[in-house]
Amino acid sequence: MMLTTQWLLDENPQTRAQSRAGQAYRLFLALLRNPLAIVGALIILLLLVVAAFAPWLAPYSPTESNLSMRLMAPSAAHWMGTDELGRDILSRIIHGTRITLFIVLLVAVISAPLGLLIGTVAGYFGGWIDKVLMGLTDIFLSFPRLIMALAFVAALGPGIENAVIAIAITAWPVYARIARAETLTFRNSEFISAIRMQGASHGRIIFGHVMPLCMSSTIVRVTLDMAGIILTAAGLGFLGLGAQPPLPEWGAMISSGRAYILDQWWVATMPGFAIVIVSLGFCLFGDGLRDILDPRSRTK
Amino acid sequence: MPLATYGWSRTRAKALKSASVISGFLITIAATFLGLLAITFIIGRVVPIDPVLAVVGDRAPQAVYEAVRLEMGLDNPLIVQFAHYVWDVVRGDLGMAVSTQRPVIEELGRVFPATLEMATLGILIGVLVGVPAGVTAAAHQGSWRDQVIRVLGLAGYAIPAFWLGLVGLALFYAHLRWVGGPGRLNLFLEGMVPTRTGMLLIDSALAGNWAVFKNAFSHIILPALILGFFSMAYIARMTRSFMLEQLSQEYITTARVKGAPERVVVWGHAFKAIRVQLITVIGLSYAQLLEGSVMIETVFSWPGIGNYLTSALFNADMNAVLGATLVIGAVFIGVNKVSDMLYRLLDPRAR
Amino acid sequence: MSLLTVENLRVSFPTEQGRVEVVKGISFELGRERLGIVGESGSGKSMTGRALLRLIREPGLVTADQMNFDGIDLLTLPEKGMRSLRGARLSMVMQDPKFSLNPVMRIGDQISEVLRFHGRLNRRARRQRVLQALQSVRIQDPERVYLQYPHEVSGGMGQRIMIAMMVVLEPDLMIADEPTSALDVSVQSQVLDIMDDLVRNKGMGLILISHDLNLVARYCDRILVMFNGRIVESCIASELHQASHPYTRGLLASVPTMDERRERLPVLDRALLEGLETHD
Repeated sequence: MMLTTQWLLDENPQTRAQSRAGQAYRLFLALLRNPLAIVGALIILLLLVVAAFAPWLAPYSPTESNLSMRLMAPSAAHWMGTDELGRDILSRIIHGTRITLFIVLLVAVISAPLGLLIGTVAGYFGGWIDKVLMGLTDIFLSFPRLIMALAFVAALGPGIENAVIAIAITAWPVYARIARAETLTFRNSEFISAIRMQGASHGRIIFGHVMPLCMSSTIVRVTLDMAGIILTAAGLGFLGLGAQPPLPEWGAMISSGRAYILDQWWVATMPGFAIVIVSLGFCLFGDGLRDILDPRSRTK
Repeated sequence: MPLATYGWSRTRAKALKSASVISGFLITIAATFLGLLAITFIIGRVVPIDPVLAVVGDRAPQAVYEAVRLEMGLDNPLIVQFAHYVWDVVRGDLGMAVSTQRPVIEELGRVFPATLEMATLGILIGVLVGVPAGVTAAAHQGSWRDQVIRVLGLAGYAIPAFWLGLVGLALFYAHLRWVGGPGRLNLFLEGMVPTRTGMLLIDSALAGNWAVFKNAFSHIILPALILGFFSMAYIARMTRSFMLEQLSQEYITTARVKGAPERVVVWGHAFKAIRVQLITVIGLSYAQLLEGSVMIETVFSWPGIGNYLTSALFNADMNAVLGATLVIGAVFIGVNKVSDMLYRLLDPRAR
Repeated sequence: MSLLTVENLRVSFPTEQGRVEVVKGISFELGRERLGIVGESGSGKSMTGRALLRLIREPGLVTADQMNFDGIDLLTLPEKGMRSLRGARLSMVMQDPKFSLNPVMRIGDQISEVLRFHGRLNRRARRQRVLQALQSVRIQDPERVYLQYPHEVSGGMGQRIMIAMMVVLEPDLMIADEPTSALDVSVQSQVLDIMDDLVRNKGMGLILISHDLNLVARYCDRILVMFNGRIVESCIASELHQASHPYTRGLLASVPTMDERRERLPVLDRALLEGLETHD
């Protein structure tokens, strides 16, 4: 054990793998010192575990209705009660983690690389390419995100994939801005010109050297944005434009519980708690990550 | 150089600077609006609904279909169609709402005041609570007050507005009976005051009908408080971080060296320095409230532009959807850019 | 009786490795004279100045056996009493006017504020006093400067404004913390001369904190040399060249002169100095 820690914290790593592992370990140590970030990390971990083992964790089927058991208040058998079709709300929330994770990951996978590419290209080349790309980014940035997502879904048709596309379309400009700002700080530095003099192509420099350096700030920003993505997706679900019934999407669940809010409050309330907890987890974890990876923007 | 000449050239330089700020502002705002129009235009194109069919119906003969298609200019190249579209919007023609057969612009004008009233009350709450909260948090960094305000701020990022609205309705309307329910007024009070501004609180006050005013207030207060909560969370968070930045500056030490009481250090020096920055934040928050009202209006059956937009979505009434998107987008962009410009005109360092 | 008595002053800050002392128990006395405190950055000289005005804020910690200003015990004085001293009887000129003046307040208002905190003058009388103060630091057109913002004036002018602000109430003691190191060399002596005139004419005490030995020797009566949080040398300015401590000697030796013949300037032997310290 002592040996491993020593190996990890070695000031003069022998191999790349050792230096990377060491960096990851230092990051981990820094995170441990921030209790709120740990809470966030634990929530995210819980989300991942629950999503992975949903069929085994859920006590009932998420979709099978049982009309004799409709709108039952929370009890020992149904911890969060049942909905208007007699489905166990807890089981639906557990299965809903998969949908939430699916949306969040897909949005991140689409929008972050897109933003990263546009930002680094704009920052690296400068000149008119920068002007055009950033002009476009600024225009997108100044639009209201939710309304734009709504309009896109309206055009594409309701559904979970279209909701993901609509959210991704409105999410990338922030990453482009960040990546460009980051690229500008080292665009003219010695090591970039050294690589250029070795004959590397622009594409190779951007993909092999510029982008990896913009990664950490982008990851921080994506983590911080996760909460917003979850809320937007749930909002679309609530309006009936996202995931469609009988999928146990949390926003859609709140929407169907809306009719019973005055008497059977748990139907609409319980999925909301799930949204709040998961969003909060990403917020806390993102805040912690930012403090470690991006000390400049720290607000003590 | 004689003083008079000096003063004159200085005023002129200032005026020139302002002029360049304003003209730059007009150019970016025009470009952004054009971008907005391009997006609504593209959305209108990719939509699977055939705009001709929407007008003529499924059963129309081929000849009628073709005639309408030509009349609508759909045989022109896209760029020409876009130019027509921009020209129509500039003239204030957003097309007809398919469901009601009335001009979209007219309907938007009817519903917009309700949204404006709610969002304005919301931003007032957000500013009046959020700014002092943020200043207090920064002035007592690390204290319990700071922690409470930070947690509330985080909650603003993690709680879905529509859910909070539902919970609020269940608790304060259904259970406690503290506030009025959905809608703007109880049914039997509707139509009792003449519409002047379209904002019920103002209209009823103008008419001196305090029963209506009281009832309208009981209906608007819950959604406005919920909107206000989100804007409070954002404003407090930004105010806190601006204040912390200023309070760590050397001129704050200077103020203390001068013997300034802590109240003057915080409000007279640090806060004075962030006032202009706050304009931008409040502008952004106000714009976000207009956007957030879409969700809240749906929950509270509030007859504003957000409700109009969502019901148009369900009727697949694309003219109405795009018109509402355009108006919300335009107001959003306008508020943002104006607050941005004010920042540049008001900050003595930027002048 | 002396104006200021300091005995065993200590300033510490918490770090990840526990509390670290940046001022490690210094003692000195001051009359209505000009005292220079010299040392490299990190020697604790600025912290000493700030500790005297009780400007070190949490989590920093200041302790002393005695800290007495004109018969007032600064250690036990309530914050309210401290505030009435600051700016009126004790003041401080800070390093860089770019940062130490409020960027969004007119210069006149910033000076006038001192009078507002400490007196009952009406607006008109305050304005008069401010204009006088601006004139006393040789600003030609005080009426115009009164209405300007800090970013509209030069660094040298900014520092003169700072001095005006700190002498407007004619304090008994003024601390000047590196008052010219942020300024162009060309205006440094001008600013120092103005400050020196004011101090002499009004009979104030002055603590001039600087890293520049020659500057301090020129404008002060007595010199304290600080190294690593301690006072390592205390002498009369005119006898600086007879200094005995190796650190002072090292500093003196590393100052180049106009008729320089040396190939390279000597460097302080830090290992030796640290060694000396542990033997204290």
